[in-house]
Amino acid sequence: MSLLAADDMGLVHSLERFGIHLLWHPSLSMECGAEAVAILEDAASGRIKVDALCVEGAALTGPDGSGRFQILSGTGKAMTWWIKAIAAQAHHVVAVGSCAAFGGFPAAEDNPTDSVSLQDLLGADFRAQGGLPVINVAGCAPHPGWLVESLAELALSGTCALDSLGRPRAFADHLAHHGCGRNEFYEFKASAARASDRGCLMENLGCKATQAPGDCNIRRWNGYGSCTDAGYACINCTSPDFQDPEASFTETAKIAGIPVGLPVDMPKAWFVALAALSKSATPKRVRANSHADHVVVPPARLPPKHS
Amino acid sequence: MNTNSRLIVGPFNRVEGDLEVTLDISAGQVQSARVTAPMYRGFERILVGRPPEDALVVAPRICGICSVSQSVAAARALASVARIAMPDNGRLLTDLMLACENAADHLTHFVLFFMPDFVRPTYADRPWFAAAERRFAAIHGEASRQMVPARARFLHLMGLLAGKWPHSLALQPGGVTKGVDSGERIRLLGILADFRRQLEQVLFADSLENIAALSSRAALESWADQAPQDHGDFRLFLHIARDLRLDQSGHGPHRFLSHGSFGLFPAGQAVSGAISAFDPAQVAEDLTSAWMDTPALPDADKAGAYSWCKAPRLSGQSFETGALARAMVAADSLARDLCADKGGSVQARVVIRLVELAKLVIAMENWTKRIKPGEAICEEAPLPLHGHGLGLVEAARGALSHRLDMDGGRIRDYAIIAPTTWNFSPRDQAGNPGPLEQALQGAPVQDGETTPIAVQHIVRSFDPCMACTVH
Repeated sequence: MSLLAADDMGLVHSLERFGIHLLWHPSLSMECGAEAVAILEDAASGRIKVDALCVEGAALTGPDGSGRFQILSGTGKAMTWWIKAIAAQAHHVVAVGSCAAFGGFPAAEDNPTDSVSLQDLLGADFRAQGGLPVINVAGCAPHPGWLVESLAELALSGTCALDSLGRPRAFADHLAHHGCGRNEFYEFKASAARASDRGCLMENLGCKATQAPGDCNIRRWNGYGSCTDAGYACINCTSPDFQDPEASFTETAKIAGIPVGLPVDMPKAWFVALAALSKSATPKRVRANSHADHVVVPPARLPPKHS
Repeated sequence: MNTNSRLIVGPFNRVEGDLEVTLDISAGQVQSARVTAPMYRGFERILVGRPPEDALVVAPRICGICSVSQSVAAARALASVARIAMPDNGRLLTDLMLACENAADHLTHFVLFFMPDFVRPTYADRPWFAAAERRFAAIHGEASRQMVPARARFLHLMGLLAGKWPHSLALQPGGVTKGVDSGERIRLLGILADFRRQLEQVLFADSLENIAALSSRAALESWADQAPQDHGDFRLFLHIARDLRLDQSGHGPHRFLSHGSFGLFPAGQAVSGAISAFDPAQVAEDLTSAWMDTPALPDADKAGAYSWCKAPRLSGQSFETGALARAMVAADSLARDLCADKGGSVQARVVIRLVELAKLVIAMENWTKRIKPGEAICEEAPLPLHGHGLGLVEAARGALSHRLDMDGGRIRDYAIIAPTTWNFSPRDQAGNPGPLEQALQGAPVQDGETTPIAVQHIVRSFDPCMACTVH
């Protein structure tokens, strides 16, 4: 549903600009019941050409491998059957959201529905007819732009650069931390202590933006926002197993007072040393604001020069 | 159709999630209907064993369209354990986010899910068909080209307050994580003004205040006749509803439940028009027709079962929930007039949903003006190790409850009853049908129809969310 707001014009128009048309969409299309089944059968048999199969939601393989936890209504067949049948004919297969990409929340804990990712359902060696593995537009929910731009790239160039986990590099080459509005608090390790504080969310409140793939803070969500701008932790929702963190989602896991999840490619000793240094250099303004829910100390101004 | 026959209708699209309906038909009418939710998800089990505050992360992810409602229900369940109340700003900002989602959902339902059915060829000879086709053709109709962008800009409110929609952690037991400064308050008012203008120009062709003031069936009919039928999409619907007698279609149980919301709509139940208090202790989930052995243990081979949806009952009876129920419990004179004879109908559900949309936007403007930048937004909510919590909320689609049991600082049990679980429940132990099953009885079926059009109107009039239903 996040996609309905794509580019402030809606999914359909957003895709049309790149010559992409929906064959069938469960929320938007006219066709219902028998008419819809006819389209899906044509897609599964190759009678109509499917440039891209987009699947939202994990593949529910339970109970006992039957897939009966999700029957495609009106067909008596498991959704997993339909996914495999249409994926075999499709030029590209796209997993929309972290459930389809990596299993996500349905696969959490003891995985009550035996949920798997699309790539796992189709087999590790699966490649769509266009030659690519499953394209993992991860995120919970993914930014609408990630899907629209991935599909547009496929339409334009026939391919899409992917990282080692099948995520489009266009967004996965960034970290959610890049462009974070709490940047100054991060620099000085002026940390929030409670949910509504303005300070950096990394030290205490579970923020994983320094590890999370995504251009979340470079582009905007719903016109204005991002998770960290709205005052809560990045939970690394674009990554496998984000659904089962070491601690609570909103509490930073630490060993001997040092966060476990430091930036992936930074030497830990350097991080600790720099953090200690920057904490000791924190301006009073930054420290005061980091523990408030609004700006309590505005930036100081130099007096105007007299000429 | 003279012979007895059975139709299995699915996939039922333009609802949120998947749905199958089995119809037993004779004499050109649905004699009996069975409603099947064909998916099991197990979210309640996924919550067990986690720290309670993690419900704020997990619960909204039950659904991509009712995400804020799920967040608020979880937050209220935790707040009831922590025994805390929100500061005024926290309550106003929470209400703004919840109302934004409810209002956006009402608009999405009308324009994208419900109205395209009137564009089917079976209606080609009706006097309103050309207008309906121009306005509401699926995907390409004018209304979707105008209102989907308007909805997207309206959701900028969520970007500003919640970081994004869906799935925000800004909604906390003690308030919100993001305050607004004076500039942001002005931006919120700008977003609301823009949305109001779109609704008044395109959907209503009248002021929100005039729509909110419609107080009787006669006033509604008279308003419909004040201008040509295609002067506003709401008016076009009223003309279609009159022509197709949608006030005589899809009668529910005449029992309505509301948890109450925003101080605009009280909590309560309305049974054949008689309003009384709602007692959550009288709610129980019947598993007779659900593929469940216990509330948490699925059994796909269970004899006699036909849905993954459980059957919530209040004092042993089925209840309809949603915007119409909120208005009925609030003794709204228009709702009571529309439901006077036989209870809810396709027309009543759609009319009251749109009237509520007008009321919500007016209320949101008032709340925004009452925000006090710089004052507290969130109360800290330290949780005890043990306790029981109950979070009640009104989602766009109706009554949503989260019941939480915690022990040793972990969730021991988590039970969710979603609006469509009420509305689309299967039969209970006594054989009583759920509200939709009841509403489908008597629906006309034309010769040769594989997906009867009357059935589609009735099903979609409830604005079902199947993803929440089966959580």
